[in-house]
Amino acid sequence: MSIEDYRSEAISTTSVGTAASGTEPLMSVSGLQMHFPVRRGVLHRTVGTVKAVDGVDLTVHPGETLGLVGESGCGKSTTGRMLTRLGEPTGGSIVFEGRDITHMSQGQLRPLRRDIQMVFQDPQSSLNPRHTIGTIVGAPFAIQGVEPPGGRKKAVQDLLSLVGLSPEHYNRYPHEFSGGQRQRIGIARALALKPKLLVADEPVSALDVSIQAQVVNLFEDIQAELGLAYVFIAHDLSVVRHISDRVAVMYLGKIMEIAPRDDLYGTPRHPYTQALLSAVPLPDPDRKGEEASRERILLQGDVPSPLNPPSGCRFRTRCWKAQDICAAQEPPLMQIGGVRPTGVEHKVACHFPD
Amino acid sequence: MSRETEVHTLSVPPGGTSDRAFLDVRDLRVHFGTEDGLVKSVDGLSFQLERGRTLGIVGESGSGKSVTSMSLLGLHPRADRKGKGGAILSGEIWLDGQELVSATPEQLRALRGQKMAMIFQDPLSAMHPYYSVGAQIAEAYRVHNEVSKAQARKRAIELLDRVGIPQPDSRVDDYPHQFSGGMRQRAMIAMALVCNPELLIADEPTTALDVTVQAQILDLMRDLQKEFNSALIIITHDLGVVAELADDIMVMYGGKAVEYGPAKSVFTEPEHPYAWGLLGSMPRLDRPVQDRLLPIPGNPPSLINLPSGCAFNPRCAYKEACGTACTTVVPELEPTDGAAKHLVRCHLPVETRRTTFTEEIRNHL
Ligand SMILES: Nc1ncnc2c1ncn2[C@@H]1O[C@H](COP(=O)(O)OP(=O)(O)OP(=O)(O)O)[C@@H](O)[C@H]1O
Ligand SMILES: Nc1ncnc2c1ncn2[C@@H]1O[C@H](COP(=O)(O)OP(=O)(O)O)[C@@H](O)[C@H]1O
Ligand code: SF4
Ligand code: SF4
Ligand SMILES: [Mg+2]
Ligand SMILES: [Mg+2]
Repeated sequence: MSIEDYRSEAISTTSVGTAASGTEPLMSVSGLQMHFPVRRGVLHRTVGTVKAVDGVDLTVHPGETLGLVGESGCGKSTTGRMLTRLGEPTGGSIVFEGRDITHMSQGQLRPLRRDIQMVFQDPQSSLNPRHTIGTIVGAPFAIQGVEPPGGRKKAVQDLLSLVGLSPEHYNRYPHEFSGGQRQRIGIARALALKPKLLVADEPVSALDVSIQAQVVNLFEDIQAELGLAYVFIAHDLSVVRHISDRVAVMYLGKIMEIAPRDDLYGTPRHPYTQALLSAVPLPDPDRKGEEASRERILLQGDVPSPLNPPSGCRFRTRCWKAQDICAAQEPPLMQIGGVRPTGVEHKVACHFPD
Repeated sequence: MSRETEVHTLSVPPGGTSDRAFLDVRDLRVHFGTEDGLVKSVDGLSFQLERGRTLGIVGESGSGKSVTSMSLLGLHPRADRKGKGGAILSGEIWLDGQELVSATPEQLRALRGQKMAMIFQDPLSAMHPYYSVGAQIAEAYRVHNEVSKAQARKRAIELLDRVGIPQPDSRVDDYPHQFSGGMRQRAMIAMALVCNPELLIADEPTTALDVTVQAQILDLMRDLQKEFNSALIIITHDLGVVAELADDIMVMYGGKAVEYGPAKSVFTEPEHPYAWGLLGSMPRLDRPVQDRLLPIPGNPPSLINLPSGCAFNPRCAYKEACGTACTTVVPELEPTDGAAKHLVRCHLPVETRRTTFTEEIRNHL
């Protein structure tokens, strides 16, 4: 199967669109929650809950890239695992192509695994060291009992070429590959069943900058070829800006702001987004030293614990604009600046957005 | 003496004077004998640094950055006569007039903590889990100063306060795991600074931190350096972080410096194809979104079996322009004739590098 065949097949099974306004969302998530019980002592009594994801709303449109950014522990990976239903949410709903998949059983989910796939951060630990590349990349065929035209071996070798590896790598083992190559293997495996949605959790964070760029380009090429949608999770704000059509900013289990890429980076409206963007050190020696810190919004302290998030707006303990209402009332995630078509809204969760 | 060392002796070191600099590293080589062969982690590195100045070392994973910093501090166990069981060191490291490659382990121990100190990437692994943060800082102080426990504790509180730990007199008794990532990094900085070291080496000090906390730590390091007038080496793969702190930049590839000079010239007029690759690989928030990133093809080299000639040649798009030189002759680190203190290790003629950069590279960055 050539890349062209692969694409035409993928397109015939997907309703390909660009970050389009007006199209039906591929996935809509509302009020998504994942609360982990915290247990202590010999009796494992529940002494609290980690509100890792605490009311996330978002949509993903066919063929688009939605970036998901935020600081460590804010719930990005947990959200990613819920979207791919590697975990079952404790609240809210996930609708994929019109079907509610929030509480589907593993058996019910099986056919969906073809459409929704995940790529993990650590290319090292997500590949079984005792399996050959052929077995690893071909696993989805085996699990789904799919016999691709031309046979599994041929299909795997095509996938290896698609991600820029050599078909001769079929019988090699993961340890024989570099980090960047291992990430390509993980991507090939995720693409085997031609998913419509790929959730990539920090897929380039563990890679060297030059290799990062190779893999980012690969993601873009594959999307251009196959028209699938990405949820691209990362903490690197520059990489997310480069690759995304829209971007969502998370803080302590909630979306603070979501907007088309250029709106979010050009006119961020939420104080947290503003602080986050201003904190990124720029590779510009003219802004060295005090220059850089003067232009920066320096947040005080650390992110509070998700065991016990602040009342009202959860950013208020670090926000320089906080008023009484911020502690009393949680600001909803709302469209600002007039009505916009679906898919290009600029939504902010703040009582006093800029 | 190799030609490379001569060039350095003759040239004025970047950011320094022609006298011996506060830190003066000459032709440093750090090799490790392993079962697979000799690993040349650092292979002929020379640089200088004055008090109050900052050198940024950048490069891909495995390029020799951490080995360089560990050698400065004398932290590698030395190999025996057969070259086994540790680092094989050669060259010279002059710190304030004292040579460290030939120093004894006792001499190095006396210098560590007092004259020079290190901030590591991962504070959890650098701090002991069973002792309180304060006890560890106090201990670091007492190693080099004859003071009572109470005085050392007072000093620990003072430093925790200085690095921005809230309520330092109660937090001093906390254990490392009770601190957040950012607070641990602050505590480690406090530990490194407790004896006012004149040379501070920070190896990826913010890599494990979130960007808003990183901003706090970068600010802190900048203020502290000013206050203590220390020489600072910052090792990172984040070009944004170096741009913010460094006066001089050294780009390492395969154990060697491939470009070295004032931060401003290295950033605005880079001349080595690898430096172009690093800059082109990185999307930038201060520029319009690029159509496409310009990655460096291939992978970083194996240090056991470096490509012959220029180590970068298998990944270099410009090697054809130099005939066979790139694959057969190791280029020297030589001054470009522009910025006098800007050194580059590449066979391409200076003119070609300049025009290639201005015509082909610059508008893609
Ligand atoms: N004790 C040792 N024995 C053998 N090889 C070693 C030893 N320490 C380091 N090396 C090798 O030396 C090379 C340089 O390592 P170093 O830790 O300096 O890289 P680095 O530039 O700091 O990379 P990173 O960005 O990943 O931290 C690597 O190939 C490493 O495997
Ligand atoms: N299985 C789990 N049990 C308890 N807490 C968890 C579990 N998984 C994640 N968490 C907690 O949930 C929060 C969000 O985690 P995560 O989604 O991994 O964040 P991110 O990917 O944004 O760094 C963190 O506080 C984390 O410690
Ligand atoms: S709601 Fe209040 S505390 Fe929250 S971000 Fe807006 S101004 Fe700040
Ligand atoms: S010496 Fe040759 S191979 Fe090396 S960087 Fe210069 S042009 Fe490229
Ligand atoms: Mg994560
Ligand atoms: Mg290192």
